[in-house]
Amino acid sequence: MVKILFFAGLREALGTGSESLALPAGIGTVGSLRDHLAARGEAWSALATTKNLRAAVNQQMVGPDAAIKAGDEIAFFPPVTGG
Amino acid sequence: MSVSVQEADFDAGAEIAALSAGRDDVGAVASFVGLVRADKAAGVGAGDTAMVQAMTLEHYPGMTEKALEAIVTEARGRWEIYGVRVIHRVGKLLPGDRIVFVAVSSTHRGEAFAACEFIMDYLKTRAPFWKKEDTAAGGRWVDARESDDHAAGRWEAGK
Repeated sequence: MVKILFFAGLREALGTGSESLALPAGIGTVGSLRDHLAARGEAWSALATTKNLRAAVNQQMVGPDAAIKAGDEIAFFPPVTGG
Repeated sequence: MSVSVQEADFDAGAEIAALSAGRDDVGAVASFVGLVRADKAAGVGAGDTAMVQAMTLEHYPGMTEKALEAIVTEARGRWEIYGVRVIHRVGKLLPGDRIVFVAVSSTHRGEAFAACEFIMDYLKTRAPFWKKEDTAAGGRWVDARESDDHAAGRWEAGK
């Protein structure tokens, strides 16, 4: 299982802030997980359409090629706007 | 710890004083306070209905603190600085409210100014905070600004 988190406008678009998922076979990177979730359709397409979507694995910002494995905490969110 | 993420307001004067309390080697403390502006929210309504009435700050608990600490560590690697204090508020804030505080102490002003600006620039692009503006016409998530990426990018070229 992996823990997946969503924040800010993406969280609102999806109507959920987190879920647990058993990684399907062949889903081994952040980018492939994003595509997998976006393919659920409807609101989930926000994962494909959010401009400059960012991701973190175990609370470190990463690119789409970053590897993921069972036990990881993976987060998707729009570009940050603090300060 | 030098990094705090909190709903409560902060006392900038007390934080600045703490950076040199009990020591005589500090020659400079540079600080920055960010405030919530009653701006017109981009893309929402018209006239007064679009003015920002409040702002809600969301963050990623756990990662936020790690990201801020990593930024402070990087600043310490670039400049000879003594103390660093970073406070970022979360939750609902009103125009005029303090939202972020960064202060750096050093022997001389150059290091303190530079490190303070560096920490703010990196915080803007690397720390997982998101602002939502509330107006009479509804709420809107603030878009990331390209100018913030440029501001952070300047520090890459000079590395």
